[in-house]
Amino acid sequence: MNEQNIFIVRTGEVALKGMNKPYFEKMLQNRISQNLREFKKQAEENGWSPVSVRRNEGLIFVRAPKEIPEEKVLRQVSRVFGVSSVSPSVESKSDLDAIGECAVSFMMKQIEERGIKTFKVEAKRADKSFPVKSPDIARIIGGKVLKGCKVLKVDVHNPDVKLFVDLRRDETFLYDRKVSGMGGLPLGTNGRGLSLFSGGIDSPVATWMMAKRGMVVEVMHFHSYPYTSQRAQEKVERLVRIIASYSGTVKMHIVNLLPVQEQIVMHCPEDETTILVRRFMMRIAEQIAKKNGCQMLITGEDLGQVASQTADSLVVTDQSVSLPVMRPLIGMDKMEIIDRAKEIGTYETSIEPYEDCCTVFLPKHPVTRPKLSKILESESKLDVDKLIQDAVLSEEVKEIRY
Amino acid sequence: MRCVYLDNSSTTKQAEEVTEKIRRTAEEQFGNPSSLHQLGVEAENKVSEARKRFADAVGARPDEIFFNSGGTEGDNTVLFGLASAYRREKKNIVTTKVEHPAVLEACRMLRDFGFEIREVPVDRSCRVSLSDFEDRIDDQTILVSMMAVNNEIGTILPVREAAQLAHRRHTLFHTDAVQAFGKMDLRGTGADLLTVSSHKVHGPKGVGAMMVKKGTKIRPLIVGGGQERHFRSGTENVPGISGFGEAVRLLNENSNGAEADMKAVRQHLLDEIRRNVPDIVVNSPDVSEEDLPGSGICSVLNISFLGTRGEVLLHTLEQDGIYVSTGSACSSNKKGKSHVLTAMGLSDEEIDGTLRFSFSRYNTIEEMDYAAEKIELAVKKFRKLRSFMR
Repeated sequence: MNEQNIFIVRTGEVALKGMNKPYFEKMLQNRISQNLREFKKQAEENGWSPVSVRRNEGLIFVRAPKEIPEEKVLRQVSRVFGVSSVSPSVESKSDLDAIGECAVSFMMKQIEERGIKTFKVEAKRADKSFPVKSPDIARIIGGKVLKGCKVLKVDVHNPDVKLFVDLRRDETFLYDRKVSGMGGLPLGTNGRGLSLFSGGIDSPVATWMMAKRGMVVEVMHFHSYPYTSQRAQEKVERLVRIIASYSGTVKMHIVNLLPVQEQIVMHCPEDETTILVRRFMMRIAEQIAKKNGCQMLITGEDLGQVASQTADSLVVTDQSVSLPVMRPLIGMDKMEIIDRAKEIGTYETSIEPYEDCCTVFLPKHPVTRPKLSKILESESKLDVDKLIQDAVLSEEVKEIRY
Repeated sequence: MRCVYLDNSSTTKQAEEVTEKIRRTAEEQFGNPSSLHQLGVEAENKVSEARKRFADAVGARPDEIFFNSGGTEGDNTVLFGLASAYRREKKNIVTTKVEHPAVLEACRMLRDFGFEIREVPVDRSCRVSLSDFEDRIDDQTILVSMMAVNNEIGTILPVREAAQLAHRRHTLFHTDAVQAFGKMDLRGTGADLLTVSSHKVHGPKGVGAMMVKKGTKIRPLIVGGGQERHFRSGTENVPGISGFGEAVRLLNENSNGAEADMKAVRQHLLDEIRRNVPDIVVNSPDVSEEDLPGSGICSVLNISFLGTRGEVLLHTLEQDGIYVSTGSACSSNKKGKSHVLTAMGLSDEEIDGTLRFSFSRYNTIEEMDYAAEKIELAVKKFRKLRSFMR
């Protein structure tokens, strides 16, 4: 009937944003559009009907040619931040006979493909000027389906298929499922942050969570080559690429921390190595954040996980910078973080065992309750500004695309 | 930046002549050797030419040679093919603790199938004792499998003696000669089965060959269209095989002197390191004039730099264009210690600081001067930083 598949996209939280509503919706529309650009190109090259993303009455309607599998489009749309749910739909004129016909053919397809036996119709009329009320629309369409599909029976409690009829002024949409989206807010509606990104389980999740709330994220990766390997960095790039699959191109800043580590190891107490290194990471990241218009730093720390993440350590770490430091995982347990990592698809990559020899710099008994005064005293033995400046100058930048 | 490639036991650079041979064969003799027409015959001739060359190199008859995809397939074919052929009569296999994973993992799988695997230990220099083999062979032994040269250390194992021993006890003998081929004479070893790989001798990757003595009872691993006289089905990799044949021809061409040159290169690097770097343990035995069992092969030098991490040294050296390996490249991606170094009884500190340098006929003395200087610096730098940590 149609040459296109139609998808109704609901925007959830975005709809709550009062005066900003059109702005958020527009951003979301753009993000969905961007996530579908491969399909657009494909459609143009093959001369299929075009891919379109339109807004109407608080919903977003995506149309894509039938040649592109429905599930593929669903996947691309549902992973856009700000989408609360998506329903693959069919379209009909807003006229009860036409809707009935459409409903029958929709159900016939369900019978063929899934062997369904029972159904129920629910209707909603967005167009209140339509002369028939919602419960009556449901009843009438249900009757037409019963007549058209002899094998089907009505079951209002536990139907195999629940057919939704969304009746609007110009057209009516029929669908039977809602696929949950990511939720959150459209990317770009909430500033820009720089995320310290190690390649473990936590930092990709932290980065993803900030991006989900609408923040454009850039990532900051420190390595210690030759104490770490090229392969370890490639793993990090693969993780960033997964983040990019949600948020579009991600700018990745790479700095070799070895010169800093060497100075710390040679001049400062061994048990302070970890906290000192972390303070340097924050300060180098802060400089790079400022250069790139990032308003805050993001880390994957959660309270108490390791020595460097005790309350005292976090305080001493924070006192090295003036930019706010976001720690979206701070109150989560490790298992919760792992579950989330699995959900977003970074876990399998994060646990790949590229042994980095950074363990050379791990003190045997790191301080868990560092005192700022002592740490400052240790840092006074180093040329802090120069070390930071040199590190910032050595920065390498990559654009990671999905 | 200059490139000093000292990882030739992992793989070698393909010789230019080999590349040219492969290109020409692929373009000109593109027929299927099984085809009846002229193009098929021409392709078959290319394979036969390579077969003859390889047969000569290992002192076998051409009809005892079978081409395959490499050393791993060869080893798997030997173990699974014999186990399958003898499964009703005999039930154990004798091998060493320091074989390549292609043998050890196949043995592990055979153990799951109910075969008994008996592993011979090695000493601190990766040497085996024949009496350990003698103790383990009985009338239930299907096969004795022993590598000719160990890939991580370069120790030459007593192939001739072990083959004689096996035969006295009416048992078949296989040698994985991947590291030995091209570096020592493999004619007259007495082995019933012998496996090699092309890419370790400047040939292409994905090609190997095995020798199976006439009359050996063995089943194929891969069946199908009946190529390679029903022993290894699948259309022959004609360009790859002819490239391998070319690599073998080059080995013969260089046979006078190449081995001596490699010995000199190896010795020079060892001398320079010994002279300039303290606290090392040389894990490879010394080379000998006649390649006696228990001595080292000209192509491998394994050294533990105490108080360092091999992986850090490796990445430091690659910045200077020097490419080496920690233990064995095949296992360096996995966690855990090399099974060879562990079997030799090295301490954890020794294993951590181990580097393997492996040579080819293209390496020069001058390169060794450069490498030794950079190795000295890398070790010094690491040890200096490390000294602050303890």
